[in-house]
Amino acid sequence: MTVDNLINWFPFGAEWPVITFVSAVLICAIPVFLFIAVYALVAIYGELKISSFMQDKVGPMGQGVGLHAGKWGLLQPVADALKLILKEDIIPESADKKLFILAPFVVFVGAFITFAALPFSQEIIVADMNIGVFYILAVSSLGVIGIILAGWSSNNKWSLYGAMRSAAQIVSYEIPAGLSIITIVMLTGTLSMQGIIISQQGIIWGFLPNWIIFNNPFSFIAFFIFFISGVAECNRTPFDIPEAESELVAGAYTEYSGMRYAFFFLSEYANMFVVSGVAVAAFLGGWNSPIPGFMDSPPWGLFWFIGKSMSLIFLMIWFRWTFPRLRVDQLMSVCWKVFLPVSFVNIFGVGIWNLLVG
Amino acid sequence: MIDAVFWFIVLLTLGSAVTVVLNQKLLYSAIALLFTLFGIAALYIFLWADFLAGVQVVIYVGGILVLIIFGIMLTNRISTVNISHTSVQRGIGGMAVLGVLLILGIMILNTPWHQADYVEPTQTTASIGTLLMMDYLLPFEVASLLLLAALIGAVTLSRRAE
Repeated sequence: MTVDNLINWFPFGAEWPVITFVSAVLICAIPVFLFIAVYALVAIYGELKISSFMQDKVGPMGQGVGLHAGKWGLLQPVADALKLILKEDIIPESADKKLFILAPFVVFVGAFITFAALPFSQEIIVADMNIGVFYILAVSSLGVIGIILAGWSSNNKWSLYGAMRSAAQIVSYEIPAGLSIITIVMLTGTLSMQGIIISQQGIIWGFLPNWIIFNNPFSFIAFFIFFISGVAECNRTPFDIPEAESELVAGAYTEYSGMRYAFFFLSEYANMFVVSGVAVAAFLGGWNSPIPGFMDSPPWGLFWFIGKSMSLIFLMIWFRWTFPRLRVDQLMSVCWKVFLPVSFVNIFGVGIWNLLVG
Repeated sequence: MIDAVFWFIVLLTLGSAVTVVLNQKLLYSAIALLFTLFGIAALYIFLWADFLAGVQVVIYVGGILVLIIFGIMLTNRISTVNISHTSVQRGIGGMAVLGVLLILGIMILNTPWHQADYVEPTQTTASIGTLLMMDYLLPFEVASLLLLAALIGAVTLSRRAE
């Protein structure tokens, strides 16, 4: 389902090229947007329920007669979403209005366009680019600028502190994440997402699926560095000092309400999926079945990719409700003094491994 | 279609570049620069240089633009939103710009340009890697040494203040 195939498939492509192009892009973009929205509802429900179970509570239940949130509170995320849409949209008097309005768009676009390179299955990918992984790393930096804009334009010290922390954190953690991806590129010899996944078919060490995480000790470590850095880039607990509600109210999002806040929220969940999706595609075999040959046909690819991604998202939610928040200096020293040197050792080790074993 | 997209990108790039120069608010200039940099990345894609476009976004948008915005925020009073910058010496500046334009124009017109075939290259990154590691290894290493020196220098300078 790549954009290129769609463009070639349209019968009137040669006569109205602009219409063909725009409609092909829309045909790809609308399902992606719907997917993000539906997935966000599922993830929010998961977050509510999992956090409650971890704290020995029941979470949203919705019992009794009258207006309630469905069986087991299943409609709770829908109610939350409706509430956010219906809320009054407040723009502070002293805010920089243009940038204040622009910021949620920038953040959401940064999260949204990364989905273009996510391989959902053997056939479902918006565009299988030559530089797929690199594209995702590149365009995700747009989110940083959106968060800085949000913090700055709110004209509120909490927002600004949150934005500065967030930007410093994301820029720092991009480096170990990128270095871990380099180990993948060294092993597979390609930057294309589908290429990386195709190279992970089969069996390794006799019984394990040939996923890159199992390929060698260095790539095993690289997966954890990438995933933890990814959690940090999403500004999730234990790395949520940019939002730190006990110190900064809500960080860069303090002044936002209603629909604009909803878009920040949606981007955070979209980013979680992107991080999990890249981790799955790069380290965990993407749409390959965990047991080679078992349920391996293309329709199952979608199941495996989303299933693996959702497991990683469950892990992120688990992190959030078990770990306490890190301090700013701890956060930075973990990144620069632990992850960065280990990543360099990893790259060196994978190089040696490639020469001697691979 | 290609033409329409191309001219749209050119307009976006030039328009936002003009905004960078003429806008009175420093932060607005920085944001306009975001669109300029993206426009240039898009122009690279038109030349089949997708890797270069990615590098452009990573380094300029993710690195340098964030650094610029950080610089704006840290060098001024953090509580004021409206940091303005005004142009001085417009006459001399305009003359310098015209001079550069003239020299560049003469160069562009006098260079014999090679028109490459409009075909998609099979691989874009592998050839860059091979060239960097084989033919241009010395410049590559010299550049990395320079960056290392700059890194150590920055650490030394910021540590001295304590």
